[in-house]
Amino acid sequence: MSGLALIFRRELALSWAGGGGPFLALGFYIAMASLLPLALGADPARMASVAPGFAWLVLALASLLSLERMFERDFEDGALDLIALGPAPLEMTALAKGLAQWIAIAAPLALLAPLIVTALGAPMRLAPIVVICGLVGGLSFCFLGGVGAALSLGSRRGGVLIALIVLPLFTPPVIFGAGAIEAFGVGLDWRTPLLLLSAYSLAAVALCPFAMAAAARNAIS
Amino acid sequence: MISAVSIEGLGVARGDRPLITGFNLALEAGEAVALAGRNGAGKTSLLRAIAGLIRPSGGRVVFRSGDAEIPPEDAIARDAHLIGHQDGLKLSRSAWDEVLFQVLWSGGTAASARSACARLGLTNLLGLQVRKLSAGQRRRLALARLAASPRSLWLLDEPLAPLDRDQRAVVGELMAEHLAGGGLILAAAHDPLPVTARPVEIGG
Repeated sequence: MSGLALIFRRELALSWAGGGGPFLALGFYIAMASLLPLALGADPARMASVAPGFAWLVLALASLLSLERMFERDFEDGALDLIALGPAPLEMTALAKGLAQWIAIAAPLALLAPLIVTALGAPMRLAPIVVICGLVGGLSFCFLGGVGAALSLGSRRGGVLIALIVLPLFTPPVIFGAGAIEAFGVGLDWRTPLLLLSAYSLAAVALCPFAMAAAARNAIS
Repeated sequence: MISAVSIEGLGVARGDRPLITGFNLALEAGEAVALAGRNGAGKTSLLRAIAGLIRPSGGRVVFRSGDAEIPPEDAIARDAHLIGHQDGLKLSRSAWDEVLFQVLWSGGTAASARSACARLGLTNLLGLQVRKLSAGQRRRLALARLAASPRSLWLLDEPLAPLDRDQRAVVGELMAEHLAGGGLILAAAHDPLPVTARPVEIGG
């Protein structure tokens, strides 16, 4: 088995199983969504108008929750040393970690998102674009988040630090994703923001593994 | 396959503080070296620098196969084991899952992992979660990859600390076989190694 496949299987098993896996993020998403009507009041029209943007933003926040585990566990128990001395370069490991995070956390969130949007009163026909944006934008959230996770290695209260590092970088995907959903809802051109979101995500997938690996190397040295 | 390691004028610093300067050592196939030195002398940092995890502040480490020099990254990635203070095991996973990953990652097979575990008396523990194992049992899981995936250079940092006398003897047999097969061992240890080893003192 190649190094990449081996590390990917391990990362996937760890993200699914350890510490609640996707259920933590999903639970957070549902809890936040059920607070919105309490904060906004029970006017259905008002809720329907903010539901897509709110659901998109909370999806971004929910994907922050389990980032801390991406590198911290391997760093604390010494597995990162072992991984650094293995057959695949750390960049490859970072790519595997990002993809595993995407499958285990971002994809379940993307699949839950249309339910949230609809439950908050937005029209059902938004469902496909919400799922697509969730899956595409999820790549950005996982890979940029991974950079934050690797940079915060070894610091106390790493989770808060990750959020501070990563949230500014979430600005473009949040804008493009919300823009695509909004445009789709009112019948405007939604392809352009979706393409911009895709471009940002692909750039994140291509570049972030290098940043993650450099930060991880720095942490174990 | 690494047949000789020569450390030439290696310097290691932690932060601004130089720990080791101008360290020289030549290690040949079939030879074991026991690094001694007081706590904080830099034994762990030296081993990690040789493994390429720490960038040395000076000097270099040369890996040779026969007469040919091997690039350090290749030598380490394919042919060196580092056993550190930490065992690199996930507490929430089963002992077998973890040992299997470590062995496959370092180039062994499932069959070799199983036989190494049998050798180290771990067979009955493999179904348990790592968190249920004692420190000595966890260390034996980590040591299993030494026996299961053949790599020439063993960099060991206090490998025997948590082990009882019987297990030290087993690890001693593994080391003796490794040396007899042309392996190289560089170990930091306060207790004497269970094989004949050339002592090297670091730090003043």
